[in-house]
Amino acid sequence: MSTTKLARRAGTGRTGDKVFSGAALGAGALIVAVLFAVALFLVVQALPTFSAPAADITGGEGFFTYIFPIVIGTLIAATIALLIATPIGIAVALFISHYAPRKLARGLGYVVDLLAAIPSVVYGAWGASFLASQLKVPYQWLAENMGWIPLFAGPASSTGKTILTAGIVLAVMVLPIIASLTREIFLQAPMLHQEAALALGATRWEMIRMAVLPFARGGIISAVMLGLGRALGETMAVALVLSSGPLIASLIRSGNQTIAAEIALDFPEAFGLRMHELIAAGLVLFLITLAVNMVARWIINRHKEFSGAN
Amino acid sequence: MKALHIGRVAAVLTVGALALTACGTDNVVETGNGATTGASAGPTVTGTLTGTGASSISAAMDAWKAGFESANSGAKVQYSPEGSGAGRKALIAGAVQFAGSDAYLKDEELVSAQEKCGPDGAINVPWYISPITVAFNVEGVKALKLDADTIAKIFRGDIKNWNDAAIKAANPDATLPDLAITPVHRSDNSGTTENFTDYLAAAAKTVWTDAKSGDWPTALPGENAKGTSGVVKTTTETAGAITYADDSAVTDALGKVELKVGDTFVPVTAEAAAIAVDAATVVEGRSANDLSLKLDRTTTVAGAYPAVLVSYGVFCAHYPDAATVDLVKSFGTFVLSDEGQKQAADAAKSAPLSAALATKAKASVDSISVAK
Amino acid sequence: MATLMTERKRSALTRGRLPKYTPYVIALSAVVIAAALMSLIGFHVFGWAVLSAVLFVIGNVTAAGVVEGRRKATDKFATSLVYGAFLVALLPLISVIWTVLVNGVPGLLTPGFLSTSMNGVTGAVDNASVKDGTPVVGGVYHALMGSVMITLWATLISVPVGLLTAIYLVEYSAGNTFSKVITFLVDVMTGIPSIVAGLFAAAFFAMILGPGTKTGFVAAVALSVLMIPVVVRSSEEMLKIVPNELREAAYALGVRKWRTILKVVIPTAISGIASGVTLAIARVIGETAPLLVTAGFATTINMNVFSGWMASLPTFIYTQIMTPTSPSNADPSTQRAWAAALLLIILVMLLNLGARLVARLFAPKTGR
Repeated sequence: MSTTKLARRAGTGRTGDKVFSGAALGAGALIVAVLFAVALFLVVQALPTFSAPAADITGGEGFFTYIFPIVIGTLIAATIALLIATPIGIAVALFISHYAPRKLARGLGYVVDLLAAIPSVVYGAWGASFLASQLKVPYQWLAENMGWIPLFAGPASSTGKTILTAGIVLAVMVLPIIASLTREIFLQAPMLHQEAALALGATRWEMIRMAVLPFARGGIISAVMLGLGRALGETMAVALVLSSGPLIASLIRSGNQTIAAEIALDFPEAFGLRMHELIAAGLVLFLITLAVNMVARWIINRHKEFSGAN
Repeated sequence: MKALHIGRVAAVLTVGALALTACGTDNVVETGNGATTGASAGPTVTGTLTGTGASSISAAMDAWKAGFESANSGAKVQYSPEGSGAGRKALIAGAVQFAGSDAYLKDEELVSAQEKCGPDGAINVPWYISPITVAFNVEGVKALKLDADTIAKIFRGDIKNWNDAAIKAANPDATLPDLAITPVHRSDNSGTTENFTDYLAAAAKTVWTDAKSGDWPTALPGENAKGTSGVVKTTTETAGAITYADDSAVTDALGKVELKVGDTFVPVTAEAAAIAVDAATVVEGRSANDLSLKLDRTTTVAGAYPAVLVSYGVFCAHYPDAATVDLVKSFGTFVLSDEGQKQAADAAKSAPLSAALATKAKASVDSISVAK
Repeated sequence: MATLMTERKRSALTRGRLPKYTPYVIALSAVVIAAALMSLIGFHVFGWAVLSAVLFVIGNVTAAGVVEGRRKATDKFATSLVYGAFLVALLPLISVIWTVLVNGVPGLLTPGFLSTSMNGVTGAVDNASVKDGTPVVGGVYHALMGSVMITLWATLISVPVGLLTAIYLVEYSAGNTFSKVITFLVDVMTGIPSIVAGLFAAAFFAMILGPGTKTGFVAAVALSVLMIPVVVRSSEEMLKIVPNELREAAYALGVRKWRTILKVVIPTAISGIASGVTLAIARVIGETAPLLVTAGFATTINMNVFSGWMASLPTFIYTQIMTPTSPSNADPSTQRAWAAALLLIILVMLLNLGARLVARLFAPKTGR
């Protein structure tokens, strides 16, 4: 009697296992299928661009001449955003997880999560109407005193709507993403290691450096990559903030353009070849994100020994 | 902690507010308040009419929708302002019954429309006129007289300062400061830019060497912003800025340019815009019911304001069933009626079509029929 | 008394340590010196604050370095950096929130804003309300309901798919080729520009249900394409850091793998997963472009995600800002747009609260 019961229970357990692993596998397969469909859609829609004569492409000199400046512009904006947001985001996460009083930390974590939710239109409107006008004076100063550095070559923009402003707005947008995810990782760092480090006489910073950061490295990179995904693909905020133009080195003059903003600005009126061009631009953006992510995965995999599930 | 506390209070309040709104309503505007009676409409029609297209007409479309639906209680119009290109694409794909477009269908687009609309393809009917104002932000100056060449030079960055001799010559009375000019243009591809560059390319041939285009030539200096509201905002905030924008959105804070037409200077008005559109010729080689207009930007007709944008309703020449035909015709007739044009003018400050053009346009809409 | 104090100061335990009041003294002197310096080159509140902060950090670190040694100095420096970064991060965030609150509250408090739609509201109505000074007519109810419905469906699609995929990757795949393919593709998916996701969903449903199919569900599918990678990536990270000891302990007790995952692994990681899901929702709830091409643009209430066009908060905000209902009197539209933005943030706040509640109900005690 009891043995059959046991056997039956074991049997249901096995069915559960099968169903569960099957569902997990199915979900993975679904993602593969969807991605394949999206990729197919993109490639099919982008193809006419590559077969069109060079003179018909915007700019009249072929697709790659057209896309190159805005690829660089996209990278500039995303780089500025990550250079600002990564250190600050990690510091904010550390502040919440290891520095702030516990009760305050919970509230702060909540506020940070909330900030990730502000729609990009709002960030765009804020950047265009408030931040840009605040930055006019600093830009003027940079142009006058640091103008010999090509990055700050004058004359400074009279509206403050430059690629640097766009980068800062993007940084504000990705900061909550990075801060929120890294905070979760920091909170999961093994308590025993941290207490051991402190017990051995380590200062708080040494403890963080030895017991928290190495554990969190993969997670930090993942968080930064998610932030980068948003920075690269952000359309509305950049479209509203940036006074776009041809590719220039100076960060404080109006100029440069990002792929996502170009798509957002021109897609509504696009027709025929122009539409295919913009989708091809989307494909390029897709490939950039892909390349960056592959590098990030590679870095994470080199540090796999720190993750718990292996 | 305090933040958390405030958050909780806010959350409770919101939950309460949401609970209160659990019974939302579509009855926003009381009848008789701004909306009109359906006196002029013929027999009422029913069904849903779907359109996509230019965002420039969205304010007018809101008014038309409201007016049409109050006259035909069983009918519903939905319009998604995704852009002219999206609208034309959707019409050609057969996804919508009509499109709104700031430019008429090109010949090859007419050909591709035949697949879903039948052998007679689609027709373009003008239904919305918006004058494009050249607006500037110079303190104390509310009007300037400029010819097309000077405007083109300003937007190309050839004239860099407001006290330039060329501006002074035409405006001896204005006190023009020593202030750098910042041209502001649209960053998005738009019908406004296309019509304005068309005007410059035609009226200032020697200076404006770029072809007309919905994208502003990127090589030119200046700042840009997204959308009509964006350029107006940027210009209002930047001393010495000049821009072009649909007249309806230009506020009193900015000065407006009077364009030189023939030998006189014409300020921007709805009537002047309608006169310029009347002076236009119909594009040849299209079906008799197609009203695609070729605007004459160099017109010398007295009182005409040639920098105008004409927006078209694009319909199929034939629809498969009678219900759709009735709905489309009824809506088109309403939009082109005096009442429809007046409602758009009230709501969106557009220029009503002249009676002559409206009659022609109504005839075009009337020609829409069931496919054989 | 005085001798007692000096004796205590020399106690072996506190030797080589700065007294507790040191930071306050340094802070005060930093503020004073900064004020003096600023008065030389022209006073500016912001510059004063920055200069004071820099002087404080330098003073604090130097003092620690001299009295307490290099390690303590490094620690002080790191602490200063972390606090400083946090303050710097707060500035723009407070500014954004302040902007939204100041601009959004008046509109949100307008009677009827939360309970009416935009049906029949035209430029003429807005012109009248500006001219007569009457409250702004027209509300956001249709867009609020649309956003809630679309996001709900998007979440219903993406969370199970995303979470199961993460479970497959962490618990079942054992690093096989298929899991590498999935990881690779999920990475690719984070790079899909949002408009492309919208166009893809629109094209997909146009193929199945005929051209021009625009419903809330199509929008939910488009948003899912954007949401799934965020859910997968964040849950994957969270599942990975669940200590292996927990799994092994469960297996050792004879617990089936799927029970282990459901009862041990997920509860341990639930707080992070909930955070990730909230982030994913936050990522898509503000999307404009994909919604416009998939759900259309409605001014009336529609509660059915499977039929008819549907409004949503982002498209409402976007169109009200970009194409005001009355171009010549844009103020009512601007007010509605900001109020809707504030409402959107409140909505996410509520979702976030919900997620935290879920996390707290299921999470084991962490000893923190």
